[in-house]
Amino acid sequence: MIEPVIYINNLDHYFGKGALRKQVLFDINLEINIGEIVIMTGPSGSGKTTLLTMCGGLRSAQSGSLKVLGTELCGASAKQLTISRRHHGYIFQAHNLHESLTALQNVKMGLELHPDISVAEMNQRSIEMLELVGLGDRVNYLPENLSGGQKQRVAIARALVSQPKILLADEPTAALDKQSGRDVVDLMHKLAKEQDCTILLVTHDNRILDVADRIIYMEDGRLAKAPDLQKVS
Amino acid sequence: MLKIIQNLTRRTPLGWLQLTQHKSRFAVAISGVAFADLLMLMQLGFQGALFDSAVILHSKLTADVFIISPQALNIGAMSTFPRRRLYQAMDITGVKSAEPMYVNLVTWKNPQTRDKKNLIIVGFNPDRPIFNLPEVNSQLDKIKQSDVLLFDRKAIGAYEKVVESVDDGKAVTTEIERRTVSVNGLFSIGSSFSADGHLMTSEDNYLRLFSRQSSGNINVGLLTLNPGYDPTQVVQQLKAYLPRQDIKVLTKEEYIAFEQGYWQQQTPIGPIFNLGAIMGFIVGVIIVYQVLSTDVNSHLREYATFKAMGYSNTYLLGIVFEEALILAVVGFIPGLIVSLGLYTVVGGATNLPIAMTVFRAAQVLAGTLIMCMLSGAVATSKVQAADPADMF
Repeated sequence: MIEPVIYINNLDHYFGKGALRKQVLFDINLEINIGEIVIMTGPSGSGKTTLLTMCGGLRSAQSGSLKVLGTELCGASAKQLTISRRHHGYIFQAHNLHESLTALQNVKMGLELHPDISVAEMNQRSIEMLELVGLGDRVNYLPENLSGGQKQRVAIARALVSQPKILLADEPTAALDKQSGRDVVDLMHKLAKEQDCTILLVTHDNRILDVADRIIYMEDGRLAKAPDLQKVS
Repeated sequence: MLKIIQNLTRRTPLGWLQLTQHKSRFAVAISGVAFADLLMLMQLGFQGALFDSAVILHSKLTADVFIISPQALNIGAMSTFPRRRLYQAMDITGVKSAEPMYVNLVTWKNPQTRDKKNLIIVGFNPDRPIFNLPEVNSQLDKIKQSDVLLFDRKAIGAYEKVVESVDDGKAVTTEIERRTVSVNGLFSIGSSFSADGHLMTSEDNYLRLFSRQSSGNINVGLLTLNPGYDPTQVVQQLKAYLPRQDIKVLTKEEYIAFEQGYWQQQTPIGPIFNLGAIMGFIVGVIIVYQVLSTDVNSHLREYATFKAMGYSNTYLLGIVFEEALILAVVGFIPGLIVSLGLYTVVGGATNLPIAMTVFRAAQVLAGTLIMCMLSGAVATSKVQAADPADMF
């Protein structure tokens, strides 16, 4: 039996302490299998991003069970969380590229975490990755000289260059126009399929829902039955 | 060790790239550090010059062992002790000769401007030279004449005409203690913090100027040892042999340390310059902290992203310390160059022996490193705030 890439069981999560303690996730149960593309949608404040950050090891789980790539992250130490982050790519709403680094150097940062890769190999793989996202001619550009769509493509290259098993994306198209957004999602889709990478994507953007193998809907901290999405769009 | 070097060559030099991306900001940061270094180097330079100039005369004396009064304060206030002690000192084996030196602070009229100025005057027996100054030793015949002095050509003040005239062989006359004296020769020592320069004459001339001092009461006893005798051992023997209540016996190093100790401990000059150097240090800490914390603040998003990618806090702290190190080293170089220039200017203007020593440069470089690391350590607290879970 193949273990699911992400396995969530009876997960609850609270913000704040004492009298201000507020539950934001209620009894989440979710399994995502290898190679699956899952889009998570729902209104603002429903807890989508919280769940995503917990899967990404940015926030530690408090109660229940959260296994990512077979590692239990519930109650994990800060150090364990840091190490777990090295196994997945993360794409944010903003590109968050380092302004002082060229496209190539930014992508290379995704490889420097893995000590067994030589400098020559890091450069080669980063250049190949930039070529894959269609920026082979912009390798030595600083972010300030790239368009919004190009920057997000560099961010994707950075997230995928180490060939992670999981790609987590939080509203990756929100800051882009329709065409660039479409291109970015198609690119993520294509690369993930080639690398057999699992994708969990949080979005409000109904235009990109068609790439999903499965859509899950979240409301008020619970996974709910999705309303008719065709009607929404 | 090999692994660390390997890691360094793999690593993208983020700190360097961040600092150098904004050229003007980098230039301001560097000049801030350079300024702090300059302050420290100047203050420590003045302090060093003071302590060096205080013993400028001592370093020219040929004697190995020195006898002074226990009431002596500094070269301008040596107090006196009985000359008899010198004859007693001759009883110790190894002591080759024992000569008296008379020394005091004296006010004379600058022959050129008629202003009153303070000089150190030294009286000794012209038949037994006590200085390793060839210029003085070749003019001993001159000071055998009554009321004839030799004058310090490196004294500060308006003395060009005096020097010119004496060089031409024309003696210059002036007044000391209402007595007319004549300058017939020149030598070079320089000024110290207590006096503008030095005068030399015979003990007879000296005693004529200081009529209240008798020849039986001397200021410093100069003992020369036969070759092969250890000054420290001779000092021990002298201490045991001579009555302790009216004298102190010192080696040359101890005598120099005694004079410097006076200026260090008995006057506020030492602490003042130390305080100045500390202020430079604090200015540096504040400037570097400002630079680093601004830099960290403007990169919080990127740092949070790196954390989300799996970089540890230690890695991010490394970037801040890398920047601190770069600022320290790059800022030190212009600071050192400018202060070398200022040393020359100040040295030329005051005739103080102000010089850069490797020790002082190393001391200030170490101080700069500590200063930058300290600021870096404070600035890193902001890195902890770069939490990707809260930021995105």
